[in-house]
Amino acid sequence: EEEEVEEEEVWHQLYPGHIPTSPLQKALLAAGSAVMALYDPYRHDMVAVLGETTGCLALPNLRDKMKHHPEGYRILQERPRIRLSTLDMARLRGLPDGSLGREYVRFLEVNKVSPDTRMPPKFVDDEELAYVIQRYREVHDLMHTLLGMPTNMLGEVVVKWFEAVQTGLPMCVLGAAFGPVRLSARKLQVLATELVPWAIRSGLNASCVLNVYYEQRWEQPVESLREEIGIFPPP
Amino acid sequence: AAVRLCRGRALLSRVRGAPRLLRGLAAGPEMHFGFQSVTEEERREKIYQVFENVAKKYDVMNDSMTLGIHRVWKDILVHKMNPSPGTLLLDVAGGTGDIAFRFINYVRSVRERQLQRKLKHHQNLSWQEIFENYQEDKFSTLGDSQVVVCDINREMLKVGKQKAQHLGYSEGLSWVLGNAEELPFDDDKFDVYTIAFGIRNVTRIDLALQEAYRVLKPGGRFLCLEFSHVSNPLLSRLYDLYSFQVIPVLGEVIAGDWKSYQYLVESIRQFPPQEELKAMIEDAGFFKVDYENLNFGIVAIHSGFKL
Repeated sequence: EEEEVEEEEVWHQLYPGHIPTSPLQKALLAAGSAVMALYDPYRHDMVAVLGETTGCLALPNLRDKMKHHPEGYRILQERPRIRLSTLDMARLRGLPDGSLGREYVRFLEVNKVSPDTRMPPKFVDDEELAYVIQRYREVHDLMHTLLGMPTNMLGEVVVKWFEAVQTGLPMCVLGAAFGPVRLSARKLQVLATELVPWAIRSGLNASCVLNVYYEQRWEQPVESLREEIGIFPPP
Repeated sequence: AAVRLCRGRALLSRVRGAPRLLRGLAAGPEMHFGFQSVTEEERREKIYQVFENVAKKYDVMNDSMTLGIHRVWKDILVHKMNPSPGTLLLDVAGGTGDIAFRFINYVRSVRERQLQRKLKHHQNLSWQEIFENYQEDKFSTLGDSQVVVCDINREMLKVGKQKAQHLGYSEGLSWVLGNAEELPFDDDKFDVYTIAFGIRNVTRIDLALQEAYRVLKPGGRFLCLEFSHVSNPLLSRLYDLYSFQVIPVLGEVIAGDWKSYQYLVESIRQFPPQEELKAMIEDAGFFKVDYENLNFGIVAIHSGFKL
């Protein structure tokens, strides 16, 4: 019994980990992952799947923004990855306080997170766009660092608002809109009155965060980078 | 900007094709793993991994994929078996215990009715006779029925044992790690052999059938519950649509595992249809081999006797 038995047209695997899907499957995945992500917030893989299946408009947009920017273009060419194996943690730790590298490492340690837990894309049907969404995921922790937000629910929601404005990814918009559902009233108040307006203003004012070659700016002070991108100082 | 998509013929196997040619003939006969082409050893490995991955979510996934109907199929299997107290059952690929628990429930209720009838007729027993009855343990709830659950996968057995503990099953139940192609039991031991949704994953079905024949007592019964082929064309198309479009998505959303469920639906298509399986069972030496379609052939129960 050979493998040429196929029920329907099948698509090539475009990159390692790629699972080709039909439009119907994508629609079902989008709906299912949205429900599951709300039901069980610990299912980060569902948030990832939601992003991939709904990003068909936002991702090409982001890619084009990158293409038309000199630094973004270089990132698309060189495809840097942020991983523990590629980062020189000792060197970053040795950088002066207030520098991007030092604060990033501090953020990772304080919140006990690692850049290696980002899911690789599976359902994006274009290999370059798969890199774009991967880059977005890996840069997420740097967003936390630049915005000065922790990884608790409140901090995540704030970052989501910022990312929603910046990227237009439906997953960010949904996360920003539904994330607050699980917050206490007091936190909601802080969120609504201070944090979200600031996140939105910064998101609108800032240039595209994916156009920054972070790996070449570890020494740059966080404040200077914030100014350069256009992120307002956190409240 | 339009997203570029590549349409092509073969699945992932095309990507793997080149290295396999280089490996040459020494690798062994080509077999199927779903729609991929692999060696016998690779297939066993991959299937082991599939069940290792799905073990914890196995029951939840079964309920989701079949909308709970798998419970009815398993009930029908045990009703068809109609075990009487004292039956010794071997449930192969029994993993999480669904058949075993149903078997125990069934013999318990049969036993209860037996005892009730007995009590009605024995209303006037003397105290001596009652005492003797207790000595002989004639009121045992299972009546010496026993089920041995055999599975090749440690994770599945683990889940099964936990379930048994949780649900309160302990008497008359044992768990054995073993391979359906080479069972760790003596000849002529069991009254009934069942394999529910397991034979599809066996690499050498003929060997499993031979082993089933060997370990059954003369007069023993072979029962196989398995996905089969739908002949009705319209239903077949709907079934395919559901299988290929919905089930892997369910796998991804519920279990975080697309690939295992893609394998599941592909392996169903690769499995021999009703008549072919019947012939294989006859080849192993069974008599009075027959099958019953459930839900238009989505599932079939094959039965045979060792005479």
